[in-house]
Amino acid sequence: MLQSHAEPAQAPVAGIAAEPLLSVRNIEVVYDEVILVLRGLSLEIPRGAIVALLGANGAGKSTTLKAISGLLKTEDGEVTRGEVLFDGQRIDGIDPDKIVRRGIFQVMEGRGIVADMTPIENLRLGAFTRRDNEVQKDLDMVLGYFPRLRERTGLAGYLSGGEQQMLAIGRALMARPKLILMDEPSMGLSPLLVKEVFAIIQRINRDLGVTILLVEQNARAALSVASHGYIMEQGKVVLDGTAEELRDNEDVKEFYLGGAGDQRRSFKNLKSFKRRKRWL
Amino acid sequence: MNMQLLVQLLVNGVIVGALYGVVAMSFVLIYKASQVVNFAQGEFLLIGAWVCWWLLTKYQIPFFAGMAITLVFMLVFGVALQIIVLRPLIGEPIISVIMVTIGLSTIFQGAMKWIFGLNAQPFPPIFKTQSVNILGLQIQTAYLMSVAVSLAMMAGMAWFFKASKYGLAMRATAFNQQIAQSLGISVKNIFAMAWAISAVVSAVAGVVVGVVNSVSPALSTYGIKVFPAVILGGLDSIVGAVLGGLIIGLLENIAHYVDSEFLHWGNLYEIAPFYVLIIILMIKPYGLFGTRNIERV
Repeated sequence: MLQSHAEPAQAPVAGIAAEPLLSVRNIEVVYDEVILVLRGLSLEIPRGAIVALLGANGAGKSTTLKAISGLLKTEDGEVTRGEVLFDGQRIDGIDPDKIVRRGIFQVMEGRGIVADMTPIENLRLGAFTRRDNEVQKDLDMVLGYFPRLRERTGLAGYLSGGEQQMLAIGRALMARPKLILMDEPSMGLSPLLVKEVFAIIQRINRDLGVTILLVEQNARAALSVASHGYIMEQGKVVLDGTAEELRDNEDVKEFYLGGAGDQRRSFKNLKSFKRRKRWL
Repeated sequence: MNMQLLVQLLVNGVIVGALYGVVAMSFVLIYKASQVVNFAQGEFLLIGAWVCWWLLTKYQIPFFAGMAITLVFMLVFGVALQIIVLRPLIGEPIISVIMVTIGLSTIFQGAMKWIFGLNAQPFPPIFKTQSVNILGLQIQTAYLMSVAVSLAMMAGMAWFFKASKYGLAMRATAFNQQIAQSLGISVKNIFAMAWAISAVVSAVAGVVVGVVNSVSPALSTYGIKVFPAVILGGLDSIVGAVLGGLIIGLLENIAHYVDSEFLHWGNLYEIAPFYVLIIILMIKPYGLFGTRNIERV
């Protein structure tokens, strides 16, 4: 019953690896022409994958997403070096509304709900760039995913945090994007809701084939759904690998997963923490 | 008590008030989309009315064709104004932009006087019958048309904001420009659209006033009368603008009645809306329907 939004991931041609959907190559981002935030960041997102981008506050995760979606422009930021390739074409420097038309949709930090509209109006706004006549069908599909939104007929500003996050994800689906950029979907949600949101992220990725780039503070939750992960610090990628590799990495455990493994915390771990304050 | 005068003034109040409502609506449209207080709103009426009058008298085209050409002209005019004058000002302090609209207002007024002169000019007769009889009241056909057109514009605007995709996009832009852009909406295009629609809607009101009375430089006073209406309604509410317009229209005429029957101060008609403006600003600065931010605890 559910239909794929994007074309299915292409099988790699013999000898040639499949082209990634998005590749960010060595970009440098400057705000207000002076503040250097990203210093040579590179990452690749394979078609159909969920990729997690982790890191501490101020590492440049949100800036990375805005560099991809073009929203950097609205904040006086600029990609001054390197390039962003989507589907093999350069998209850095393009206006954000045109990037949405190419198939990249960003769910902003804090959800970006239009508070003085109803949830249904918010969902219909998600389909703004579309010209086909299947919007109603997709609206029914999204409401199938989030039945609670159908019952809420008041203004979206009065929805609970969890409902707003569902609305933001649903609105992204309405655009039929190839790639969704999610900025901290777990922010401000209870542990139970975080679980629910991540289950939904996994489901839309599986059912609809949408590629997802996930920025998170909650590394454990993000690595449980992602297939790959990147770890950022001070505007650079300091570590990357499959989600499994990252989960098993001692340093990642220490920094992001709260202690090394299951054994009780000991003084030894603390010493190791002191030894490695930075990745580089 | 002069009942006949009172009824006549009340009817007049509704007719003029509906027109104020339409102009107020087009004023709020620009304010909502781009936070610009457009002091040249009254001149949009003036330009629309003169252009239509010129087409009708000079080229003898039928009324509806002339009206259609006028509206297309105003559409282009609104977009051009936004692109040439206002787009370069995006990002400048809003007070500079408002100053520019005051300048525009003066330029347009001067240009219209220069081209079309200072005298009031009547439209050629449009309706075969001058007045119709409704429930015992003789009402001029032009007045009926005026109310019908006003209602149609309001209904059209309501539909636009509630049901059309561009109306939703305009509301989203008004709410938060960055969010709008993240949804694929081009804020520049939405601004241009707001100015174009505002110019067209005002021009319709201008032509209607021209048909009912006549076209003269005094038409641009509608742009001033709009302020009490929008402040009463709340600067960013379309519904408020319509109601504010109606209330101000009625109030003017009631003030006129009270003045001519009892007080004999003279000219209360012109002044009353502005007394109201001051009182509203003192007791209810956000107007009847102005935005109160939603805060969720």
